[in-house]
Amino acid sequence: MARSGRPSRPINIVRLARTVAFSLRAFARKFLLLRVSAPPREPTSSSRRHSVGLLGLALVVASCSRAPTQVTFHATGFPKTLAEWGLFTVKDHRITPHKGMVTYELATPLFSDYAQKWRTIWMPPGTSARYEPEKTLDFPVGTIITKTFYYTVPTSAAKPGESREIVKMTPATYQTGVDGLDLSHVRLIETRLLVHRADGWVGLPYVWNADQTEATLQRTGAEIPLTFIDGATRTDFVYSVPNQNQCAGCHTADYRTRALAPIGPKARHLNIDFPGPGGDINQLQRLVQLHYLTGLPASNVPRDAKWDDTAAPLDARARTYLDVNCAHCHSQTGPARVSGLWLHSTVSDPRRIGVCKPPVAAGGGAGDRPYDIVPGHPELSIMPFRLASTDPGAMMPETGRSLVHQKGVALIEQWIAQLKGECRVDHDAADQVAIR
Amino acid sequence: MANGKGERIMRSALFMIAGIVAIGLGGCHAKPRTDANGFVVDPGFEQHLQEQLLDARPGSVITIPAGKYALTRSLSLTADGVTIKGAGMDKTILSFAHQNSGAEGMLVTGDDFTLEDLTLQNSRGDALKINGTKDAVMRRVKAEWTGGPKTSNGAYGLYPVQVTNVLIEDCVVKGASDAGIYVGQSKNIIVRNNRAEGNVAGIEIENSTHADVYGNTTTGNTGGILVFNMPDLPVPGSKTRVYQNKVIANNTANFGAEGSAVRSVPAGSGVVVNSNDDVEIFDNDIEDNQTANVIISSYFSTGFDTERGRVASYDPYPQNIYVTDNTFKGGGNKPGAGFDKLAAALGGRLPDILWDGFTDPKVKNAGICVQNGAAKVLDADGPHKYAGAHLVTLDCKPATRLPPVTLPASMTKTS
Repeated sequence: MARSGRPSRPINIVRLARTVAFSLRAFARKFLLLRVSAPPREPTSSSRRHSVGLLGLALVVASCSRAPTQVTFHATGFPKTLAEWGLFTVKDHRITPHKGMVTYELATPLFSDYAQKWRTIWMPPGTSARYEPEKTLDFPVGTIITKTFYYTVPTSAAKPGESREIVKMTPATYQTGVDGLDLSHVRLIETRLLVHRADGWVGLPYVWNADQTEATLQRTGAEIPLTFIDGATRTDFVYSVPNQNQCAGCHTADYRTRALAPIGPKARHLNIDFPGPGGDINQLQRLVQLHYLTGLPASNVPRDAKWDDTAAPLDARARTYLDVNCAHCHSQTGPARVSGLWLHSTVSDPRRIGVCKPPVAAGGGAGDRPYDIVPGHPELSIMPFRLASTDPGAMMPETGRSLVHQKGVALIEQWIAQLKGECRVDHDAADQVAIR
Repeated sequence: MANGKGERIMRSALFMIAGIVAIGLGGCHAKPRTDANGFVVDPGFEQHLQEQLLDARPGSVITIPAGKYALTRSLSLTADGVTIKGAGMDKTILSFAHQNSGAEGMLVTGDDFTLEDLTLQNSRGDALKINGTKDAVMRRVKAEWTGGPKTSNGAYGLYPVQVTNVLIEDCVVKGASDAGIYVGQSKNIIVRNNRAEGNVAGIEIENSTHADVYGNTTTGNTGGILVFNMPDLPVPGSKTRVYQNKVIANNTANFGAEGSAVRSVPAGSGVVVNSNDDVEIFDNDIEDNQTANVIISSYFSTGFDTERGRVASYDPYPQNIYVTDNTFKGGGNKPGAGFDKLAAALGGRLPDILWDGFTDPKVKNAGICVQNGAAKVLDADGPHKYAGAHLVTLDCKPATRLPPVTLPASMTKTS
């Protein structure tokens, strides 16, 4: 693993020439697009920004820098460093996104060991995504989606990038990411890329170095020991960066095609207000304004609840939480289709979402409880047991966390507690044996 | 186990380097350096192996040399057409005792997969799961939990689910807290010449179609061979032949998790058919299973919610079951799950075949047939809470017998 931000290799003339040629090509392409057909990406002052962009490109060419300063789509291969994608500038304890990248948030995010997440979308100039009411937005080839996982570290940490201790996010330490992240008290863990190539999406996990200057591709994943501090409680855990196949484990929504796809950027997850270009506005509207989205209907766009919005109906919050955290596998076509437990928020059959449904292949994951959901009885229900487990053989989701999302479990328990109905359990056939 | 010899720790640094190079090349160097627990000292092993799995392409053969290796994460393979091969079932051991993450030892979602000649040990969840593929071969693979029967052991040893064409042969499974070999929601299956010992279920065929289970030895499990159909699953099953197996003394106390399908299996069950149709049980040696050598039962005997907990399309009744020409010996003498009262009423022993007696009122003839010499059948009268339990004669046979399962020739060709 490279521990330094500087390239250790001697300057390679051929490589240099290629880089220059590539940049020139990109320059020409960009220039043509801008002159001929490119729609403005920013609602205001687009011409000024383009000028800056062009200037930036000119500087690249002039300085022969290896890392592009513009977002650079690689149609093939697995670039070894994040820098090769030209997505971010890391400087003076700050990481900033490059032109054309839009920061977004989800109404209800997947829980990932309390990691804070900064998400961006970039599409090639002149392209846009097509609206989908239910599925992930239909993104064009060339789309790059980034998700940077990071933690706030104690203010006492001298080198945030080496801090084993991480603290639970508070409103004070929350960062929107719209203008990038202040890294003064932040440990960057990994940046995952989902890149839409002509033959489909590919997932690439990049892990940040201790200096927080460079992230390198870790196709086989990584394990990072951390201590999570929540008030007076300290919990040691191992943060697990998924390997490339494990990326597919969640991102393959249909076992028949086995095609990777983004999970988060669906209309209903994005249908909330969030700051950015154009102000604190609806994210879908922003994408339309930036010419990143077409076909958005004027009304009836589905909207997810925010899981922690106590003003929203409990049922909607719980179902959204299960949808986001479980339904990428637990669907009719996902990897957990074999369980017969399908947790999309649109599924209405109580049995399908687990009411009085016995476990299939849970083994010890069933926690000695009889059904996924026993209405009125979270303490008898398997679902909250698995959400509250940290045993790799029992916990749900199977990957992506080592800690328990206490408030998430509480939400599901609260929801099950108020469900009506009963499951009839014959505790032991033995009780009924009688010979006359 | 082979690593016993490996305790002669080689201190020469040169030797160590040579050993690591040999591992890297997949060669067969004499002995890699091992630590005090017998694990091969090779910090790059896990990452290298997972990298090979990521880079694998159709036709790739990934060889793992002899040695016991500690892994910390699940291995995962998505590519089609890959063979993973160890140096021998007891020579190459992948231990997941120190696993931090991943719900199984190895997860495979690629077609045309072969795993041979190695051991998967002490995984936190299932040892090997193959999900939604076709053409899966497990040959001379051991999946085991070495700490004896524990509910905390992983659920399944070898676990293909929704796979078309499955071959599991010459494997060994031990200690699974659910089923050692579990073929779920699959079709066209051969499970032969394996040994299943000390699991809750030795071999289980669940919601699967066209399975041949033969030549296996199941002993010391809670139940020897199970052919089940569970509700609420996308795929129903039928048409399994269980023959020429040795199903001996499966009397281990049930250590399955409460609520799991196998939890309802009483200790001392030989061959159990639950809610499945078109099952033939013949030419087996079934001995000393203390509850009963053969049990034929419906979903109503599992203790699950039979009213709300199943979809309307689910058929909870076993139908067209044929038991013939088996050799029974002993068994039925110490039945579990309250059947002891039934046994006492019958003079201290349940007969070889126990049937819970639930039949579909809409079906005229359930087709439960037993033509097995002197072996007796008890209709336990489950529908009336066992009040009218009595011996029955079910002298009939199916109009046609099930055909043998055939697999693509590429799968049965041994290397």
